[in-house]
Order: sequence, then structure tokens, then C-alpha cells
Amino acid sequence: MNLKLIGGAAALALASMAAFGAEGAVHDNFKWLTFAVFGAIIAVTMYITFWAAKRVHTTSEFYAAGRSISGIQNGWAIAGDYLSAASFLGIAGLISLYGYDGFMYSVGWLVAYITVLLVIAEPCRNIGKFTLGDILAFRNDPKKSKSIAALSTITVSIFYLTAQMVGGGVLVKTLIGIDYEVSVTVVGILMLAYVVFGGMVATTWVQIVKAGLLVTASILLVIFTWAPYGFSLPDFLQGVVDNGFVQAQVKKLLGDAATGMSPQELGQRFLEPGLFLKNPIDQISLGMALVLGTAGMPHILMRFFTVPTAQDARKSVIWAMAIIGGFYVLTLFLGLGSAMNVGAANITAVDKGGNMAGPLLAQYLGGGADSLLGNFFLAFVAAVAFATIVAVVAGLVLASASAMAHDIYVGVIRGEKATPEEQVRAARIASVIVGIIAIFIGISAKGQNVAHLVAMAFAVAASSNLPAVFLTLYWRKCNTNGIVWGMFIGAFTAIALVMVSPNMTYPKAVIKEARKVLEGEPMQPAKLVQPAKPASSFICELFALEGCVKSEPAKAATAEKPAKPGAADKLAKLAEKVTALEASKAALVADAAAMKKADEDIAKAKKDIAATEKAKAKAEDDLKKMEGQTTNLVGIEKPFFLLKNPGIISIPLGFLVVILLSLVTRDRRAEEMWDELYVRQNTGIHAEGSVSH
Amino acid sequence: MAKTEMNWAAIDADPRFQELHRKKTTFLWGLMIFSVVYYFLLPIGAAYYQDLFKIKVWGPVNVGIVFALSEFIVAWAIAGIYAQRANKEFDAMAQAIIADARNMK
Repeated sequence: MNLKLIGGAAALALASMAAFGAEGAVHDNFKWLTFAVFGAIIAVTMYITFWAAKRVHTTSEFYAAGRSISGIQNGWAIAGDYLSAASFLGIAGLISLYGYDGFMYSVGWLVAYITVLLVIAEPCRNIGKFTLGDILAFRNDPKKSKSIAALSTITVSIFYLTAQMVGGGVLVKTLIGIDYEVSVTVVGILMLAYVVFGGMVATTWVQIVKAGLLVTASILLVIFTWAPYGFSLPDFLQGVVDNGFVQAQVKKLLGDAATGMSPQELGQRFLEPGLFLKNPIDQISLGMALVLGTAGMPHILMRFFTVPTAQDARKSVIWAMAIIGGFYVLTLFLGLGSAMNVGAANITAVDKGGNMAGPLLAQYLGGGADSLLGNFFLAFVAAVAFATIVAVVAGLVLASASAMAHDIYVGVIRGEKATPEEQVRAARIASVIVGIIAIFIGISAKGQNVAHLVAMAFAVAASSNLPAVFLTLYWRKCNTNGIVWGMFIGAFTAIALVMVSPNMTYPKAVIKEARKVLEGEPMQPAKLVQPAKPASSFICELFALEGCVKSEPAKAATAEKPAKPGAADKLAKLAEKVTALEASKAALVADAAAMKKADEDIAKAKKDIAATEKAKAKAEDDLKKMEGQTTNLVGIEKPFFLLKNPGIISIPLGFLVVILLSLVTRDRRAEEMWDELYVRQNTGIHAEGSVSH
Repeated sequence: MAKTEMNWAAIDADPRFQELHRKKTTFLWGLMIFSVVYYFLLPIGAAYYQDLFKIKVWGPVNVGIVFALSEFIVAWAIAGIYAQRANKEFDAMAQAIIADARNMK
């Protein structure tokens, strides 16, 4: 029966692939190629699921792959779980647009694993069973701690999941032109097939295959990018410095500050900090959320229950760090290679955030948009990106399904009295529920700004899960009241601060921008040099309070800027230009060169018209959407919290609440169980064993 | 393996367990603090010591790039140092305690 259903899911997935919509990065003539590569990858993962379905019967097999995954395999699976589309495409994109700052941004994602390695992986393997709730329930009140842990797990997973679903839908649409709703549904169905039939066994192997594909694709692209420079780092970077595209991008980013800089200086500036990340406090806040949040991510924690011993958990983090770190070093070359060969202007033309830097580089390296090899490369990278989303989403669904079925249903509602068969059934039903919710949220969040959701997921994990797990494992006095309130307040603060942060959409700002596009901008007078201004106090760096003077970066002197016309005027002028050019073409019949030039000018003007019309339509759409609104979701007009990431406040607060409440309340069980917990987490005595087949 | 009740307090009080706990705690905190400080030096340096980060040391390769790359090397080195010590020392110490604890019961 399982085989039939899996086959059905695969057929549905493939059939919907055929429902190609309008435009995508892949040329129509080569869509069959994309179709073939996607089909091959889906077929492989379906085979894995079929194979895994025969091996999943018990809860231990469903949630933890029978604890039979080796350290090396788990290392690859962690990398597959962690390298989401955001890091695979997003970081390469940031490097291609902003150079050094993009690379600097990638560092925290690796450093995060030091926390996982040193304080989380082995103790969790030694005392845990399937979920975050199991770890906390070891010495705290089981029902209370499992409830709050499940709540937190589901919250974190849903935030992260939504970001992945929306990002994935947009990505697949941009790459191959499949409709957004269709691609979200396909991702959802595939992921459900893996999780429901193959449980952790299938999820793990899909993640391993995906990590393997991702690393292979990246290594190949880097070899092609770097080979012309004889694999020399200084020669490669000199190529970046001398590159016209790079120099033009820096000039655009610096604006007036670029006046008087030589092309060489402009190119070198790309390799220096400060083109993207401007607020160091925000970066520290993000760094804290990454370094402490990764270790609190439920889908990452869950991976450590799949290996037989704590030693294997250790080995798996070492492997994961080697793969993830190596991958980010490769991204440096991918990003810079894309900046040189494709150019920032062409990358942002396809996707504003730069997410297409990697795929477009692949197309270029294979011979460009009109070549078979170029499109094969692009199709391959697109398929890897697709596999990436599916694998990450599968891990998240499994984590929240385990919280729902194992913690809430079995632990709290049934009081641990469910039969093994009932537990597995509950796990499968929970997976289907979470999967359907994920598809539903993914579709209803179409076109929404989801950038804040990833920051929110990491911040909640760092402010709620990590303090609770860390203090339960290492602090004798920690108790139930501490973790319940600490997790609640930590998570609540993180979410509340993000809701009033610059990540959200503020109608007034959107309306202002839209008006600028439609009505044009007035002339700007010349400005003198402005030195940097510090904020009037540290609190003013974080909050927009009354009486605060905001910090401002130094600004170079600017010349007078002429007024900019509105979209309608601009379109009229461009249309006039096209008519004029076409009229003058008749006189140029004799002159082939001039004729060609005129054709090029016409093409360029037409391209401008298309771009202006697109901007106009978007501005009008924005105005319509925001009509009559002045406040955001939570009722404020402009950001109250000035950082994008709340970690710097919510993480210390989470820790503080756990500590204070543990100190003022008493919990006999938490005290009595301490010796056992501490001995077991350090020695691995009585750790959940592996299932032998 | 039947899970018989163990005398956890006795193991906890065992001087060898105390020794393992002491060694692990100092070692882990040391590594953790070092890695966090080293990591946060990157955004702090990039924001407040830009002139230093811009100094070219190897063709167009500047201090900032070398420092960012060194973050990767340091992270891997910390992982390596920890794994080395844990594989050689901590595992063996824990193993000795487990063996005796099983005999004691």
C-alpha cells in the first residue's frame, strides 16, 4: 500500500512540474532539461522513501532512525538539514552584491556549531530520547516541561518552515516559472511523503543526498571559476579588483562617496567591510542569536538522537563543521565569481535579494543562457535548491510532529500510557497535520515579507530553548518554574521585539516609497560633509524613545541632485524616444553601423519602459494594499525597536528569568534528579540504546 | 540491558567523577569563551578598526579577509582540540567510572 501511495505522490509531483507558468530564468527551449533533472532527483528521493518505509515500524525508528545512523552519516545529514536555501543561495547572493560583508555574515553560521559541539550534542544524546521535551522532562515536572517545550518547538519550527516554504515557492518560480501555489504544494507533498512513510530514516537519507549534491555542485562551480586564475587566491582577488562589473557595483553602492576614487580603489573596496552591514550592535545581536540559537533548534537537536552513542554525536558535529565550514569558504568563490562574471546588475535584475547569483553563475560557466550545457548547469543547481528546501522542511516537520505526538499526545494527554502502535500512528497523523498546516501557511503567506521569520526562529530558539536546556543540564538549582517562565518570557520578548523592529512592513514608509516612484522626487540641494553622530545613550541605539538622538553614520558631501520625474512622465518620455528613434531609422538604411546602433537604442529604451512599467505597477499595487493604513500589524507607525535581531535583549532575559525563578522557588524532583542527570549526561550510563536489525 | 537502579549520588561523589567534572568544566568553558571572544572580534573589528582591516598583506588580500578566513581555521581547530581531548581522556575516564558503577550496583 505504501508503495502505491508513494508512487502516487511522485506522479502528482511530476505532473505538476509540467504545469510550467510564465517566465523563469531557464529559457523555454531548455525546460525539458530542468524537467529531467528535477524528475531524476525526485525519483531518487522517492526510492529512498520506499526503501526506508520498510524499515520504519517503531517510534524509535520513526523519530530517531533506530539510532542506527553513523557519526559520518549524521554529520552529512546535519549539513543537509542546516544548509537551507537561505544559506546556499542567500549568502552567495550577499557576497556577489556586497563582497566582504557577505562573507563576514557567513562566519557566525559555522561558529554556532562550537556551542552545539561543546555543550549540547553529547549530553543531549546521553539523557534524551526523541525531543527537546524529553531532555527538559528528565528532572523538571514532565507534563509542564513537555508542554512548554512542545509549544516552543512548534513555534520555532513554524516560523522557520514558513520562511522556507515562501522562499522556496518564490525561488522555484524565479528559476523555472512554476506557479507559486503549485511549487509550495509540490514541496509540501514531497516532504509529507518522506516524513509519513519513511520517518527519520527517509528524512536523514534525503538530507544526506541533498548535502552531497550541494557540495558536489559547489565544488564543480568553484573549480571552473577559480581555474582561470591558476587556483591562486591573490590572483583571483586581483581579478575581482580589476573587474568592471565589480567596480560599477561599488560605485553604485557608495553613491556620492565614490567621487574621486580610481577604478582600482573601487574594486579593492569590494574586499573591505562596510558595504552592507552598517550597525555593529545589530551584528552582535544577530551573532548571539546564531551562536546560541542553533544549539536550541529542535530539528538540529533531534538529529543527535539518531546516532548510537555520544561519541558518534561528537563525531557527527565534527563532520558537520567540516562540511558546513568548507561550504561557506566555497561560497566566497561562488559569490565573487558571480560578481565578476554575471555582474550585480544582472543578478538583481532576476532577483532583488541576489538569490540567483549561484544559479546564474552556473549558467554562465556552462556557456551562457543559449547553450545546452549552461542550461544543464542551471537546471542542476535549481534542482539542488529545490531538494534543499524539501530536505530542510522535512526535518522541521518531523521535529514539530514529534513535539505534537510524543510530547503532547503521548506525554501529556495519555500520560505515557500509549501502546507502541498507537504512538507510531500518532506520529504519522501529527506529521500529516503539520504538513497540511505548512502548505496552507505557505500559500496564504504569498507575497508577504518573511525575512524576519528566520531571525525570529533563531532568536526564539536562543532566548527560550537554549537557556532552558543549558541550565537544566549544567545548573544544580535549575527547576520547573524557572524553565517554564524563562522559556515563555524569552520567546515572548523575542517575538514582541521583532514585531516592532525594522523587519516588519510599515505602511507609511511603503506609501512614501510608492509615491516617490509614481510622482517623482523634487530637486535635492547640495549637502555638506556630515560627521558621524553617536546616539545620545546606549538605550537610544536600541529603542526609539522620546528624547533620544539617533546615531547617524558619516556622510560625504553631495552635489545638487536634479528632480526625478514620476513614472507616468518617464514612460511618456521613453515612448517619445522610441518613436523618434524608429522615425530616424528610415534615414539610416545606408549606414549599417548606425542602423545597428539605433536598434540597440530602441531595444534599450523598450527594456527601460518594461522596467518602469513594472515599478509603476508595483507602486500602484503597494498603494492599493496600504490604502488607509498607517500602522503595522501591532499598531505602530515606525519601528520602536531599532535592531533587526532581538537577541541582545531577549537572550540575557531568557537566562535571567530561568535563574531568578529557580532561585526563589523549590522543586523536589529537580533537586533529587540532579545527581542522576549529571552522572548520566557525562558518562552515558543508561543512554537510550540503538535498535539492532 | 535491564535498567537497574544505580546509586547516582555515590557515583557523583566518586573522586574520579569529580575529577572528570572539574577537568571537563575548565576545558569546555575555556574553549567556549575563547571561541565567542574570537568570533565577536570580527564584527567589532569590521566596524571600529576598518583602517586595520584594509591593510593589504598579500597582493589584494587584506587583513580583513585573512581574519575572516582565520575564523574558519580557529573554529575547526577548536573542534579538533576538543575531539582529541574527549576521545583520549574524557571517554577513558568515563569508561572507568561506568565499569566500576556496573560492578558496584
